[in-house]
Amino acid sequence: MNKLKKIVLIGNPNSGKTSLFNSLTGLNQSVGNYPGVTVDKKSGKFTHINTDFEVFDLPGLYSIKPKSEDEKVAVQFLQESSAQSDTVLYVADASNLKRSLLLCTQIMDKKCRLVVGLNMLDVAEDNGIIIDEDKLTEQFGISFVRLNSRTSKGIKHLKELLSKEHHEKDFLGFSNSDYTSSILKRYQKIDTILATSTTKTAKRGTLTKVLDKYAMHPILGYFIFLSILILMFQSIFSWSSYPTEWIESGFGALTHFLSNIMPDHFLTNLLIDGVLAGLAGIVVFVPQIAFLFFFIAILEDSGYMTRVSFILDKLMRKIGLNGRSVIPLIGGIACAIPAIMSARTISNKKERLLTILVTPLMTCSARIPVYILIISIIIPSETIGGFFNLQGLALTGLYFIGIIITILASLVFNKFIETEEHSSFIMDMPVYRMPRWKNIGLTILEKVKVFLVDAGKIIVAISIILWGLSSYGPSEKFNELEVRFEQGEIDKSQYSSLKLENSFAGMMGKTLEPIIEPLGFNWKMGIALVTSFAAREVFVGTMATIYSVEDEENTTSIREKMTRETNANGEKVYTFAVGFSLLLFYAFAMQCMSTLAVVYRETKSWKWPTFQLVYMTGIAYLFSYIAFQILR
Amino acid sequence: MKFPPLTLDLLQKGTKASVQGFEDDVVEEKMLEMGCLPGSIVELEKIAPLGDPIIISMSEGNLALRKDEARHIRVILIN
Repeated sequence: MNKLKKIVLIGNPNSGKTSLFNSLTGLNQSVGNYPGVTVDKKSGKFTHINTDFEVFDLPGLYSIKPKSEDEKVAVQFLQESSAQSDTVLYVADASNLKRSLLLCTQIMDKKCRLVVGLNMLDVAEDNGIIIDEDKLTEQFGISFVRLNSRTSKGIKHLKELLSKEHHEKDFLGFSNSDYTSSILKRYQKIDTILATSTTKTAKRGTLTKVLDKYAMHPILGYFIFLSILILMFQSIFSWSSYPTEWIESGFGALTHFLSNIMPDHFLTNLLIDGVLAGLAGIVVFVPQIAFLFFFIAILEDSGYMTRVSFILDKLMRKIGLNGRSVIPLIGGIACAIPAIMSARTISNKKERLLTILVTPLMTCSARIPVYILIISIIIPSETIGGFFNLQGLALTGLYFIGIIITILASLVFNKFIETEEHSSFIMDMPVYRMPRWKNIGLTILEKVKVFLVDAGKIIVAISIILWGLSSYGPSEKFNELEVRFEQGEIDKSQYSSLKLENSFAGMMGKTLEPIIEPLGFNWKMGIALVTSFAAREVFVGTMATIYSVEDEENTTSIREKMTRETNANGEKVYTFAVGFSLLLFYAFAMQCMSTLAVVYRETKSWKWPTFQLVYMTGIAYLFSYIAFQILR
Repeated sequence: MKFPPLTLDLLQKGTKASVQGFEDDVVEEKMLEMGCLPGSIVELEKIAPLGDPIIISMSEGNLALRKDEARHIRVILIN
């Protein structure tokens, strides 16, 4: 039986805690870690010789006095762990040692057992700072160790050090001075120590200066940001088209193979029409999700997002938000759930609430499957201007519709929510860094896993229920249909579609039809609207299941089935008007239970998720109605 | 002869100043935590395209803050 030791990682924001956490634990992290800025504690494990370590990564802090919700999480956890005498691994930014050590000394005086890891040594070296860690160890009375979490150098040494016992050591000791004067006293003492243990030779690197000239240029700055967004949306669409095709044909072949070798039995139907159809609908979108997170992770990891926050702060304030809101909003392009959590870094309550309320209007990755399916049905795949794909442009347009409505909604809510609290934007501007590819790889892997496992679970469950609901119906009606089929009154395909129409799912869609008919939706789409309330991407799986229950042969893709579908008078069901109306509905409607749950958790009240559900679905209904009535 | 006190928000781009003190407790606490103390030498590095916020550089690195916040920081010019 190995010993178990708990290690708590703490330090300033941007000090490289999370990448150290990744180096220590690798893939051995608990599920549910949301990548990006750390706003909640995460845990992971590693083993060194005969000790098992459990490591906790916490949100970054500047001082022991929390200013925002994410910092409260860190301080609270730190207090609990000092009570249990866990080891605190303090991650110090070597390029900004004086500020880093302020929090370190505050924690020393909280009676914690501390080990200090010196991180960002490469940046420090570029700035001409040379650090003697032995002198620091001697003068602070706690162990200092050099780290370089970008390489594995130092990690082994760190693990050895963590295996040893550590003791608490006071820095200032008991003091009855007030908070601000105690900060000054700490800095004074830190300065004295640093004077003997570090030397500074040259001036700060110039690469950041040059890059900032462009990133924060009065005109170019905004142009660059916009170009990055457009490039991102375009490439998500075009780069992923090949892997998407491979996955599609792979599933097609598998379905074909299984239906040939398996006996004609209801379990076979359940597997093929229910589970497999639903799964295929979701796996197809893994390439898009992966590319999306790849881009977002690069933007965050390189330090570019703080620049965007800076150039947009004034505009954001005009609509009631904060420059910091940019990070949740851009994060919302990936997924609203971690994005809403990352709004914790906004200390002003009103700005945080507004950010939470409007973030789900940003086009999240769950909308991509719905958008791509419908765009590929109603928009021809043509290239204009030699570069822009028409379908890609349509997708980009939808992203911008999302951004515009986000801004408008915030502008309106800003008028109704009042606050006395003052708003702050004192923020560190870190130097640009090469994205840490290992971190980005882990992020993508983690996100795809969460997407497949979490969304997959819901989708498989819903697919099975839906398969049941759409294969069975009131026996009276079903017997009657069977008789008509046997007497040759209706042919086989008519029989299957009548069966679907009279099934339980069909009845559900039919009940909804009067409400959604003005939007151009039929009862089949009605079924999908209900099921995709769980999560937007379920729409695709539902369509796949409905159409494969109806189609006995099962040879064509869901896209072709939907394109070919006609109504009673021989007209195409998925006209431009219907498709456009559906796109707008999914752009605005609050079709995501997990988002509602996370908003409840973050605001601690049902008031706001209810409000979101009502206002978003209201906007969706209104816009779809107007669009369909004009275009029909 | 008495001059009106100079505050950080009034600095021209590229000028250097020495921090003298703070007029607002919230700003003071936050600035101290970020490593900006009385006596720190700061340079106005950048003004956002829309005139606000600003970036100051110190020996510890760069900080962004709003003019509203900079207004509470007393400075004197240095050459």
